[in-house]
Amino acid sequence: MRCRHVALAAALLSAVPAASAVEVLHRERSLYQTILITEDRNRICMQFSVREHQRNQSCFNPRHPKRMVFTYTRMMMSALLIEPEPANVLIAGLGGGTLPTALHDLLPEARIDTVEIDPAVVAAAREFFDFSTSDRLAVHVRDARVFVKRAAADPVRYDLVMLDAFGGDYIPEHLMTREFLDEVRAIMTDGGVLAANTFATSRLYDHESETYRAAFGMFFNLRMRQSNNRVILARNGPLPPKAELRANAAAWRDRLKPYDVPIRQFPARLSLATDWDMTRRPLTDQYAPANLLRGD
Amino acid sequence: MAYRASWLNARVLLVNALAFSGGFSIMSLELLGGRILAPWFGGSIYVWGSIITVFMLALSVGYLIGGRLSLRAPTLGKFGGILATGAVILYPTVHLAEPAMVWVFERIEDPRYGSLVASLILFVAPTVVLGAISPYSVRLLVRQREESGKVAGTLYFVSTLGSALGTLATSFYFVLWFEIDTIVTGLAGLLLALGAVAIAVGVNEEARS
Repeated sequence: MRCRHVALAAALLSAVPAASAVEVLHRERSLYQTILITEDRNRICMQFSVREHQRNQSCFNPRHPKRMVFTYTRMMMSALLIEPEPANVLIAGLGGGTLPTALHDLLPEARIDTVEIDPAVVAAAREFFDFSTSDRLAVHVRDARVFVKRAAADPVRYDLVMLDAFGGDYIPEHLMTREFLDEVRAIMTDGGVLAANTFATSRLYDHESETYRAAFGMFFNLRMRQSNNRVILARNGPLPPKAELRANAAAWRDRLKPYDVPIRQFPARLSLATDWDMTRRPLTDQYAPANLLRGD
Repeated sequence: MAYRASWLNARVLLVNALAFSGGFSIMSLELLGGRILAPWFGGSIYVWGSIITVFMLALSVGYLIGGRLSLRAPTLGKFGGILATGAVILYPTVHLAEPAMVWVFERIEDPRYGSLVASLILFVAPTVVLGAISPYSVRLLVRQREESGKVAGTLYFVSTLGSALGTLATSFYFVLWFEIDTIVTGLAGLLLALGAVAIAVGVNEEARS
């Protein structure tokens, strides 16, 4: 209900051209981070870090709730190029719930499990981002690593896994190791796809790339000029040829239009090039200084 | 006399070095505990809660035991024996961690209690032994009742400084340079080496007297 008010407020505000100030709707120190909900003329945003303004946020436009505001969120949808009709989806990291909500609407048959460590994020997504669960969309308040390890004992296998857990300033290092990726792969279907929203800079880029290569072999790197992030697309099986990606892009184009996802641009931008230092050691549970490597 | 004074100083230095290393190892291990448990129980706040609880409990028991041990004809050699025992108990953690955590993970669904039980299994024994270092070292260096507070204060200072540096070195550098098992092995090696030195010096001391 609150969202209605917010939408109304946003609509009213947008009628006033001078109103460009950012208003803080909610500020909360949760167990894991500071959560800041802000509103400006046409969007509501969730930030996990007050310092890095542009990066760590999830935004939505109440007047066009489907539109994906950020490039990296759109880039995550490139997973549909490899697995166009996933039946079981796992998403680690909720944020404002943009990805789970979009996939829930786009894939009427799919079952979606979302894992979020911070209960305050789930509450904020419900209150400010119109996020809601259904019989096909569940949220588990858990550490993603523990969820994945436990899921190995269940019969469910996921044909799409999205890792979007690196929101704040601190990287959960146990979610960026060879062993974790092996565990994720073990709960994926044959041919299932993993999309990871992650880093494109610093020494960590080399180490992380080597880690994915160790777990999955070849993978696609997706980078766009508008974003500092990259999306890794790895598959539990051989990667499809470009023609297949283009065909899937064409099939998805119209359905993704309301979401502002330029899916037809993606196939040409998926790179197989090993543009990192391959002598760097992969990250493992024994060696996982991701945060230190990122600082360099 | 001069010879005796320097001998005494060397002894004081050695006891302080051992207290420092004990503090260093305890906090280094505690910090690594989070890393060791994370793949099984996650990085949630209660995992840290489990680890800190277990370390505090184990240290409190260690203080008691160290105090009791210091009543029974304390010597530098026995003190070295405490560190060596700590090393011998600490080292198997490297090989025990994985099977122990599998065992707990399969039996306890709730990661709060899972991490608590795993911490108990992995960290209680070495931390109890390392906790015995502080009170024992006080007993070794106190000569007169009047100076007991000063001696204890100095030793707490030294061992807590060791804790601070152990935390810093591990979180800033060791995890960047080494694997977790390598660091734990290094800590055990350090304790064993210093323990052996203390035992050797202690035996020598007893032979003199």
